[in-house]
Amino acid sequence: MKDPVDVLIIGAGASGAAMAWSLAETKMHILCLEQGGWMNPAEYPSTGRDWEAKFYGEWSSSPNIRGRPEDYPINDDNSPIKVVNYNAVGGSTVMYTAHWPRLHPSDFKVKTLDGVADDWPIDYDALTPFFEENDRMMGTSGLSGDPLSPLTHPPMPQQPMGLSGAIIGKAMNKLGWHWWPSDTTVATMDYEGRARCINLGHCTPACAQGAKSSTDITYWPHAVRAGVELRTHCRVREITTDESGMATGVVYYDKDGVEQFQPAHVVIIACNGVGTPRLLLNSKSNRFPNGLANSSGLVGKNLMFHPYAQIYGYLKEPTDSNRAPPTCLWSKEWYDTDLSRGFVRGYGVQFVRGAGPVFEAVVSEQKGILPWGKDHHRIFRKLNGHRLGFSAICEDLPEEHNQVTLDPVLKDSHGIPAPKINYTISENSRKMMEHALARGREVLEAAGATDICVNSPIPWGGWHLLGTARMGTDPERSVVNEWGRTHDVKNLFIVDGSIFVTSGGVNPTSTIQALALYIADQMKQRLANLFD
Amino acid sequence: MSADNQLTRLQRDDLRTVAAMIVPASDAYKVPGADDPAIQADILATLGRDTKLVVAALDHLARLAGQPFAELDTAKRDAVAQEFRQHGGAAAATLVRVVLQCYYRDDRVLRSLGLEQRAPFPKGYVLPDGDWSLLDPVKARSGTLRRAP
Repeated sequence: MKDPVDVLIIGAGASGAAMAWSLAETKMHILCLEQGGWMNPAEYPSTGRDWEAKFYGEWSSSPNIRGRPEDYPINDDNSPIKVVNYNAVGGSTVMYTAHWPRLHPSDFKVKTLDGVADDWPIDYDALTPFFEENDRMMGTSGLSGDPLSPLTHPPMPQQPMGLSGAIIGKAMNKLGWHWWPSDTTVATMDYEGRARCINLGHCTPACAQGAKSSTDITYWPHAVRAGVELRTHCRVREITTDESGMATGVVYYDKDGVEQFQPAHVVIIACNGVGTPRLLLNSKSNRFPNGLANSSGLVGKNLMFHPYAQIYGYLKEPTDSNRAPPTCLWSKEWYDTDLSRGFVRGYGVQFVRGAGPVFEAVVSEQKGILPWGKDHHRIFRKLNGHRLGFSAICEDLPEEHNQVTLDPVLKDSHGIPAPKINYTISENSRKMMEHALARGREVLEAAGATDICVNSPIPWGGWHLLGTARMGTDPERSVVNEWGRTHDVKNLFIVDGSIFVTSGGVNPTSTIQALALYIADQMKQRLANLFD
Repeated sequence: MSADNQLTRLQRDDLRTVAAMIVPASDAYKVPGADDPAIQADILATLGRDTKLVVAALDHLARLAGQPFAELDTAKRDAVAQEFRQHGGAAAATLVRVVLQCYYRDDRVLRSLGLEQRAPFPKGYVLPDGDWSLLDPVKARSGTLRRAP
């Protein structure tokens, strides 16, 4: 029997790392169990000549394609958007675009402002100090003062505009539409032991330079130095409870595949909007026959992805291609509700600089714009290095039928039931996507683009896994309370994207981590009566 | 592990033939075709996890041809290739992708495209900072963040 720990965190990704670092100052015995291992930047794709090919195999964003032992399979056959993630110390911050907008203040009051979905039980102001703290820890770059975004104070200047950024800026100016350099977690100067960006370009599947922030190189070194214990290659099967309904610890498989029990006084789940409901639903017991913390019946429901509507085209002049971080500018022109557009809520836009030669060839061949045969070379030279893209991140409203359940057949390498996704894109989202594509076409045409292509939704675009254990004050309509504690189990907390009430129209990682820091702060303030 | 011995001689012949149809050699651009021996060797050496689907694609190609694809005359080969491309599904897409991913990392091809023949790391690339006065109209228009109650 292992000695109990004070706090057990499941998952070492975006939120688990922030939580571990914040709680470390309490000097409690904190243990984090992570199903993946530490990353080795020397093995990252951009270190090899086959850097693009790797994205189709062991560095795919899809766990189903990667199929590493650290990954768990996901049945997403019933979803037009496939789940993408990464399992390692750092979680999906190892493999993300580093685009770093925050939710807007209005995103927390959707019901009040627009009469749809629900308001959050907290507001933007409650998170403000934690956004700022997180930006310092993750190391953000950007330009303060965007009139249509919450005020941020990035410690590093914005990324260079590059060729693509200048083209986009001119096109947006011609149309009179808002654009601004994106806040990103790409270091534009040496920062806290991280080297500045040298434009490797292939940012999404991990940064060999260490310029892109991921929690294995930001929060975790600090947390480990402060005494947090991190056990890797440990996959949690279930959370156990006692007769009084309190969590007692977890059953997990260690790096040798041996089943272990780790007792804990507090359990914190940080497994993302798919992994968290999967774990709760796998933690059934006589006392919790429908899964742990699921008296509301909402565990796994209200899955929100952010359907991406992407449109791109080709210019006569060169763009940045793969020789820069993929995203550089955003637009909030269509972020807020305008019912004259035919839908409620809105979308953020992230502009895309370009693509590398292999990606360009493969995708263009699939799209039918790159022929086989003697004309291949001529056409490829028109396409390669000339691409410019517009991606709309459409706000997905919560709908209970969009759901994570357990697959009755599919299991991971330890025999643990895998998650199954049932998801459809709503009519409101479809209208939003159509609107975005029309605006994107106008932008591309203003830039002089031709051969315009569409991906709507981006099928492998399920990066943002939100809403499946939502936050609220009503135990019948939510899974966790306004400071992250489950309504049903008073020593069980959830800190990842599953607690989102609504999704906003921006990449969520900044807000996920601010929420984790906020919950950690709430816990620290309540240590004497945490279970009351 | 090399996939040489995972493909039969006939399959390798068919792979070489279809690769040349996807990307033929060009004197004008000074590039080899995807049937070039070095590119074919790269494909076979790095098939890895794609082997199963590529073999399935080659089997499908041979079935459509009714005989070894490489032995068809040009007109029949074009017709079969068109059918294969349009209806070959995931297996055909995988075959095309492995051909393209090896072709577009070949030194001679990258040179022809004006690209450096190296991995991105550690040298990276230089990006122009750009003219940030382009933002002036955005700043002048201003606008306001939607207020929350």
